[in-house]
Amino acid sequence: MNEQLIVSGKNIPHIVPHLHLWGTEIALYLFFGGLAAGIIFFANFFYLKGKENEMPMTIKVATLVPPIIIIIGLVLLIVDLHHWMYFWQLFLHFRIESPMSWGAWTLSVIMVPAILWPLSYLDDIIEYLQERNPKCKITGILIWANNLINKLPIVPAIVKWFADNRKIAAYLTIPIAIILGVYTGILLSAFNARPLWNSAILGPLFLTSGVSTAAAAIMWMSNDHKERKLYSKIDLFLIAIEIFFIIHMFMGMLAGGVAQVEAAELFLGGPYTVVFWVGIVAIGLVLPAILEIMELSGFHIPVWIPAFLILLSGMLFRFVMVWGGQASSFNIL
Amino acid sequence: MRYAMAMDTRKCVGCSDCVVACQTENNVPLGFCRDWIVEAVGGTYPETVEMHFKSERCNHCDNTPCVRTCPTGASHVIEGGIVKVTHNECIGCGACIESCPYDARYVHPDGYIDKCTFCDHRVANGMNTACVDVCPTDCLIFGDLDDPKSPVSLALKENDWYVLAPEAGTKPQLYFLK
Repeated sequence: MNEQLIVSGKNIPHIVPHLHLWGTEIALYLFFGGLAAGIIFFANFFYLKGKENEMPMTIKVATLVPPIIIIIGLVLLIVDLHHWMYFWQLFLHFRIESPMSWGAWTLSVIMVPAILWPLSYLDDIIEYLQERNPKCKITGILIWANNLINKLPIVPAIVKWFADNRKIAAYLTIPIAIILGVYTGILLSAFNARPLWNSAILGPLFLTSGVSTAAAAIMWMSNDHKERKLYSKIDLFLIAIEIFFIIHMFMGMLAGGVAQVEAAELFLGGPYTVVFWVGIVAIGLVLPAILEIMELSGFHIPVWIPAFLILLSGMLFRFVMVWGGQASSFNIL
Repeated sequence: MRYAMAMDTRKCVGCSDCVVACQTENNVPLGFCRDWIVEAVGGTYPETVEMHFKSERCNHCDNTPCVRTCPTGASHVIEGGIVKVTHNECIGCGACIESCPYDARYVHPDGYIDKCTFCDHRVANGMNTACVDVCPTDCLIFGDLDDPKSPVSLALKENDWYVLAPEAGTKPQLYFLK
């Protein structure tokens, strides 16, 4: 038996009995970051594939989402800072070894194409919504925004310049979107002190999960049968990769040192077992995969069911990783 | 210059004097502490059970994950290997807290991240840290590892010692004599 007890009244909030400094804000921030990265990636990728007119939801309408959720994510990040009045210090420094620094800069850089892309398609988006979904309340706001932007100085010229150079912009944006997606995982994996996180596979895993939630979101929003079917296939592929990464993450941890084996045990019999294997893997990955296979083989499944499950499991996955990681630590007896 | 601390687990009686001295010297807010006492119990009752006290604090590591993950450079290393935080560069993101295997840092009520400074303001004037000076059993030893005649160098030469979580690869500079 080995145990240790702090006897001098160290009772610091968020640190004792175990670390719980990062919570809801960070988990949601990582979720929104991954989702935005995925939507931006799909829009740019399919644009370069020349599907501009075939996939209006992916390339045009859905791109309204990333700037909004990136801003929500940034607000959540700043709310989470304990010394938030000094947040601008993030933008006075670039520290190559700090993933947090990479993230702050990546989010700032990607904001430019994330905003300019939907602005440059605003006329098309309004037309699409009026035609396909006349009751949509967002259309009014978009028309108002469009009129406002056209009255501003310089902005219409910038938007037009962006639209003229869209191809180059897309080639530049895709790697930034991938960096953003990977960063949501690397942010956690850079912490050696938290054995659950300290795995290089977390970057690709969070990227896959983020792109998969983006595919689900676009699938849900689209009302084009062909587009939905394509995203069903993409999602099936991404879910398979995600499960493959999850298995390898646990294989790696179980083959690691004591601290990593103990971290894996949080999910293999420990407090996170049910939420992870039932909530995320079974209901959030396997079930939507089955539903999508059924859909592709001719059964009619309401599209929102698999899409909702994938989005929910993506969010839950980030909560579980953020909380579980802080519960894992080195044994300092 | 490489400042380090040795802590004699055979002499410590767990009085918490070092904790209070630090809180007083450094104006640590109520309810927080930069160093703390751990009572460690090990073995099997009744044959091999043993108990000892440890006075723990920031390990002022040679390989500092807290400085590496800091996005603004607020966490930094000063001469002698002391790890410090510049308050008005710190954004309070907590990356350093997440990266510390020893949980030696905390969020100050004013928002920035705070931690043990090895009393650099005293050390710069040739004094010992507050915790070392106040220890009634002389179980805390502070000094420069680069000086072979310093008290801490001699203590490490003459005694068996261990460090906490060496497998974390941080090369901690808080040595426990046993």
